[in-house]
Amino acid sequence: MLLNLHSHNLMKTLLATVICWTVALLIFFPIFWMVLTSFKTEIAAISMPPQFIFEPTLDNYRRIFERTNYTRYAWNSVVVSVGSSILGMIIAVPAAYAMAFYPSPRTKGTLLWMLSTKMLPPVGVLIPIYLLFRDLSLLDTRLGLTMIFMLMNLPIMVWMIYTYFREIPPEILEASRMDGANTREEILKVVVPMSKGGLAASFLLALILSWNEAFWSLNLTASRAATLTAFIASYSNPEGLFWARLSAASTLAVAPILIFGWLSMKQLVRGLTFGAVK
Amino acid sequence: MQTSNSRTALAVAGVLSVTIASSAFAQTTLTIGTVNNGDMVRMERLASVYEEQNPGITLDFVVLEENVLRQRMTTDIAAGSGQFDIMTIGSYETPIWGANEWLVPLDDLPASYEVDDLFDSVRDGLSHDGTLYALPFYAESSMTYYRTDLFAEAGLDMPENPTWDQVRDFAQTLHDPSNDQYGICLRGLAGWGENMALVSTMVNAFGGRWFDMDWEPQLDSAEWNEAISFYVDLLGNYGPPGASSNGFNENLSLFNSGNCAMWVDATVAGAFVTDTSDSRVYDSVGFAAAPHQVTEKGSGWLWTWALAIPTSSQNQEEATDFIAWATSQEYSELVAAEDGIAAIPPGTRQSTYANDDYMAAAPFAAMTLAQMEKADPNDPTLEPVPYTGVQFVAISRFQSFGTNVGQQIAGALAGNMTVEQALQNSQQTVRREMVRGGYID
Amino acid sequence: MATHNYNRSMARWLLMPAVLLLIVWMAVPLSMTIYYSVLDFNLLMPGMRDFVGFENYVFFFTDPSFIAGLRNTLVLVGSVLIITIGLGTLIAVLIDQPFYGRNIVRILVIAPFFIMPTVNALVWKNLMFHPVNGFLSFVYRVFGATPVDWFSQYPMLAIIIIVSWQWLPFAILILMTALQSMDQQQVEAARLEGAGPVAVFRHIAIPHLQRPLVVVLMIQTIFLLTIFAEIYTTTGGGPGTQTTNLAYLIFHQALLQFDVGMASAGGIVAVILANIVAIFLIRVVGKTLAEH
Repeated sequence: MLLNLHSHNLMKTLLATVICWTVALLIFFPIFWMVLTSFKTEIAAISMPPQFIFEPTLDNYRRIFERTNYTRYAWNSVVVSVGSSILGMIIAVPAAYAMAFYPSPRTKGTLLWMLSTKMLPPVGVLIPIYLLFRDLSLLDTRLGLTMIFMLMNLPIMVWMIYTYFREIPPEILEASRMDGANTREEILKVVVPMSKGGLAASFLLALILSWNEAFWSLNLTASRAATLTAFIASYSNPEGLFWARLSAASTLAVAPILIFGWLSMKQLVRGLTFGAVK
Repeated sequence: MQTSNSRTALAVAGVLSVTIASSAFAQTTLTIGTVNNGDMVRMERLASVYEEQNPGITLDFVVLEENVLRQRMTTDIAAGSGQFDIMTIGSYETPIWGANEWLVPLDDLPASYEVDDLFDSVRDGLSHDGTLYALPFYAESSMTYYRTDLFAEAGLDMPENPTWDQVRDFAQTLHDPSNDQYGICLRGLAGWGENMALVSTMVNAFGGRWFDMDWEPQLDSAEWNEAISFYVDLLGNYGPPGASSNGFNENLSLFNSGNCAMWVDATVAGAFVTDTSDSRVYDSVGFAAAPHQVTEKGSGWLWTWALAIPTSSQNQEEATDFIAWATSQEYSELVAAEDGIAAIPPGTRQSTYANDDYMAAAPFAAMTLAQMEKADPNDPTLEPVPYTGVQFVAISRFQSFGTNVGQQIAGALAGNMTVEQALQNSQQTVRREMVRGGYID
Repeated sequence: MATHNYNRSMARWLLMPAVLLLIVWMAVPLSMTIYYSVLDFNLLMPGMRDFVGFENYVFFFTDPSFIAGLRNTLVLVGSVLIITIGLGTLIAVLIDQPFYGRNIVRILVIAPFFIMPTVNALVWKNLMFHPVNGFLSFVYRVFGATPVDWFSQYPMLAIIIIVSWQWLPFAILILMTALQSMDQQQVEAARLEGAGPVAVFRHIAIPHLQRPLVVVLMIQTIFLLTIFAEIYTTTGGGPGTQTTNLAYLIFHQALLQFDVGMASAGGIVAVILANIVAIFLIRVVGKTLAEH
């Protein structure tokens, strides 16, 4: 029997479906396994062969909520990562605008210099920053952490936004200038609306990176400003069997950003072009 | 447009003000940095009783993994930033920090605290020049845990005071990896507080020492070679797979799930391996002394987890009151009432071991007491040494070179290099450090 | 002309906050670090801050682990780049095709990027790689093989797998986005002219992906050079020095004993190395970055 074009395509789609799902499930498996383990008892969590079907328990979550103030950590994470991302946008957008529309011979160098600031290993400058924070009374404050995260992500944000702004034809700006728009209006009414997708993606990326940052948040906070990465540090290596509780704590720490990331995936996919699309 | 702008501005201002504003507390908050092990977690839970008794006090626990905690505490206290009112530290840090005048001296404790009830060795370990700088929460030595059921089945008999050679023979007989049963579990994870705690006691037992009286490192000596070769052979051949990434916790999990025939580790684990809900082998654990070899000196370690107050704390008086409560007999009674008498923090007070109820309820208590009494940080080795500490060297450089040597020995255990190579590198590293520290030229 | 000049100076004012902030962020710690790097400054020994010249640098360079640290850094960055870019391109092309449940598959594939590095490392270390109770040891047993003890037998490979898992979604995300914007008419035209899928991929997709690939290379290199949490949580740089990269070396040799002088010297060395990499990147990337 001859395959007609239609069933040939169907076969191909089915094959692609099988392959893609296999790859996706393999990649996702550790997360799935973590979530599954969080509903096991400690003994079941380490049992061999691993159990896929078991009587789920909420015990681990209950014990975590009893012991730790999860909402405080989560709220700190939200405030600090959202705050630093907004602050970063406020500073990065004008800078990217200036670089994209008024390039000077030094623009490229400035951009690369900004990116190279990110290559400094934090461990090398921990003590100087710590002493500075102590003297400015910024230790264990959300303000201090917000500033650090903002500075940490600023180079990437400026660069990303710069690439989006470069996509905007300069003629459009000329036209708006002819209409008598000043720089502020130009940015807010022309440039920003035209690169909405890219700006959203930059914001999201900064948010994700801040949320997941572990070094500064662990070293510069104690309790008042401690974020979810510090929360994880209290469950990472306790005595006795701890896999189930660790899994529950991990699930709690990543759930907000994971759900948020999934919800905003459309924005990310549309915006993460780095100006590569014409 | 205008409205939407101002709305954005408002939202931004909102976020900023939330960021900046920090709530003002009407009462005293004590920030406590602590490690996440069983006894500390229990204290955190029972501390609500203290809060009820002292309405003006709020306790804020910052629980961290041991290494992270140590780094955070050290940075905080050395920089004098005063973020913590109470720190959980060990018998290694206390005398060093006390000498730097970083800790509040604890001379004026109320009579009801009964300072003299504390074990002398524990108290000495937390003092500098006779002044107490921290109060012991619990203390531990090391001992040998073994599975009475497996020993009986194989017709073996564990002596009360075994040698490492005997332990090795037992391990050989009981090693059955195809059934997930390993002859012996020991610490292999690199770290001065992990594998080096055990390794140092083994070196002591084999007659070795870290330094001679002139602070010249001794890691290239025959004793070290013998001890490390023995260790690598024993754990490599009769231990669980991945031994070089197993620390105290990993081994406890292995032992509790029935994978180890023997385990040499902290006495504090006695309460965990006999816990009916967390251990699968709770009814078949036997206890023996930590193995010795050419000498019994320094064959079992001595470690104390203690609570101390940094001089940078703003609430020293309140903090003193709390740590006195948390290490008191009153607290022990509270634990006994809430969680059973066997759960009392072990190893700190003589009265605990004079209590017949405790001795009857805790099968591991007698061996713990015997080991605690044997360990002497002031005379830890066969030959004389210029330092104190059984499984550590009480100088500030130790946590760095101890961990370095730990890395090398873990490398030898994983089979990445020979014991000779590992010890040669170690000797070099320690020497470098000692030169840098100005101890030797 | 007047407006133009006005705008130009305006532009300078707009750029100022970001540049100033970054200069402060760079310069303040950097100058403090340079200053500390010539002092005998240990936090654990209060009061001692003697000038010692280049002693700290000498100690850092003569450290037996220094060469290993340098090599491990390069191996880690290089391997993760190759794996994520290679697999990332493949998977991006795969999931760009029509098939059932595309949206769900995308959500699953992207997920690891949202996971904190610490959690990532903890989950892999315990739930997956554990030689006795880990899931992979079960898989090995099913096939009758002896479980691999990842962190002592193949420690570097284990770290590379963990880090690659984290960054693979990032590559997929960006490459997938780029593929979606590919000119479908061009592809159709090529197909009608008889070009097979391989030819289409080579002559249309690859040139189209060039720029996003450079972006992936750039951003990942920046992050991979300073990888720390994954190593700290799993191997602690060992066994031996097999997984000690430069960031970890600085932590281990200096910060762990609060030797601020040596940590600072190490930091300066790392900055210099980072700038060498940056110059290299400018060569490779700069053209693509600035061209339009």
